[in-house]
Amino acid sequence: MIQTRVWTIAAAALAVVCAADAADLPTPKIPLPADGSAGSYKTEPVTKSEYKDKKSAYAYLAPETKAMQDDDFSNPASLWLDEGDKLWTKVEGGAGKSCGSCHGAAANLRGVGNTYPKISKDTGKLATIEDQINYCRTERMKAPALKLETQDMVALSMFVMFQSRGLPMSVAVDGAAKPYFDAGKTLYYTRRGQLNLACNQCHEDHAGGMLRADPLSGGYSNGFPLYRLAWQKAGSFDFRMQQCYAQVRATPEPFGSEELKKLQLYVAWRSNGLPVETPAVRR
Amino acid sequence: MAIARVRLPPNIKKGDVVEVKTLVTHPMESGQRKDANGQIIPRKILNKFVCAYNGREVFRAELWPAISANPFITFFLVAGDSGSLKFTWTDDDGSTIEHSEEIHVA
Amino acid sequence: MDRSFARDQISRRLVLIGAAGVATGFVTIRKVAAQAVHPGAHVEWLNKLVGGKKATPGKVKLHIPEIAENGNTVPMTVSVDNPMTAAAYVKAIHVVTDNNPQPQVASFYLSPANGKAEIQTRIRLAETMHVIAYAELSDGSVWSDQAEAKVTIGGCGG
Repeated sequence: MIQTRVWTIAAAALAVVCAADAADLPTPKIPLPADGSAGSYKTEPVTKSEYKDKKSAYAYLAPETKAMQDDDFSNPASLWLDEGDKLWTKVEGGAGKSCGSCHGAAANLRGVGNTYPKISKDTGKLATIEDQINYCRTERMKAPALKLETQDMVALSMFVMFQSRGLPMSVAVDGAAKPYFDAGKTLYYTRRGQLNLACNQCHEDHAGGMLRADPLSGGYSNGFPLYRLAWQKAGSFDFRMQQCYAQVRATPEPFGSEELKKLQLYVAWRSNGLPVETPAVRR
Repeated sequence: MAIARVRLPPNIKKGDVVEVKTLVTHPMESGQRKDANGQIIPRKILNKFVCAYNGREVFRAELWPAISANPFITFFLVAGDSGSLKFTWTDDDGSTIEHSEEIHVA
Repeated sequence: MDRSFARDQISRRLVLIGAAGVATGFVTIRKVAAQAVHPGAHVEWLNKLVGGKKATPGKVKLHIPEIAENGNTVPMTVSVDNPMTAAAYVKAIHVVTDNNPQPQVASFYLSPANGKAEIQTRIRLAETMHVIAYAELSDGSVWSDQAEAKVTIGGCGG
């Protein structure tokens, strides 16, 4: 009987400790603008998903971040674009060529990036822009492939995608691309990770809602490669996917994996019609 | 990696007060982050930024880790003679990033 | 009083004392971890910069968004309404925060060659806090402004 009482007192003491501890944690509050407007964030309860309205994540950015994306000079990703521009004319490899030697001006690639990922004419397999860049480098320039997610690769793929800025995303999902598309669709709707969440549960069912203090977008890929404020640097679709996987506590996929390629094709199909915003700025 | 960009407005006339925009690549490692092993990643930032106009200092900034990565800094200057603007960013390790930009004044 | 009862009393007291000790320990450690810089560090730094002069609110305008999209990159503009002539100009603008691991953000040094005392940059805020700007004028006076930015816990990806 005495023992029970001792344990009860100890448990009560522990509860007091935990409460005191919790009292130190900050409780962030989102202030509502005094004029009753929604400010830069949606504050209404989520009653219907905005997926069908297909809004680019740009729509959910704070005004300052939109301004950062819109200003070509001060967009932090412009530093990567400058690098991509330099790499475009850099002669590399045994064939003594640069990208520009075959393609001419980079502007000639307008209308190309927005169709990726696509079935490569050269390999018959699904290729991302990075795959195509490395194919050109190894087979045509006789230069070493660029490692994925390095500054050079992000810069060059951003530069290529940037040439299609403003054009609508338009990936093909028929013919040889269909098996990849079907696989990507299955991946999108498959629950994964310790949190057991599938992509659609956030980005389709709750697009336009709030995830803690962040608005949830439809998860479209029309801005990649992009500068994410949280990264303090530019990164590709695969880089973001690794984090999505990590956030649901699933084993992250390596960059350039077949699974991520299929997922990228499916997400690009969902993004079809949205204008290319590369290089986008996101939070 | 492309290092710096500078933007001046076009058509500068003598006496104009012009906005100079600068952007430079640098991770500005704050010294607060930890690596995968839980060890603090040491601080490594650009701690000074100077602009000299035809050799004369017209702007100086002392920077701390609270400045974001890829520092974006804008300031104003009065257009005098044509010539060059020299921008110097100094890293904690003593190395510098330098960029020159011509200024054409009508 | 028989001995076994006394022993129970002592052991109960020990558990209570032990629990209280642990509780104090928890709270103390948490408080130390939350404040890497002591409150008022920014005031000490500013006083050091301006030689202890008193700052009057006004003339300086500090602009930051009310809610930061991401605490890593918060756009900031600081400007001083000043003619920037040889007779009257802004010598320096100092920016600090009151709840970052370190109070200093930047110090900008100006002269009449600038023509306009306005600077834009992007700063890091670890959490919701105040940003304070001090402007030192050529006549020796010091002016200040303060703004608050709310930094929230993100949903996905911080």
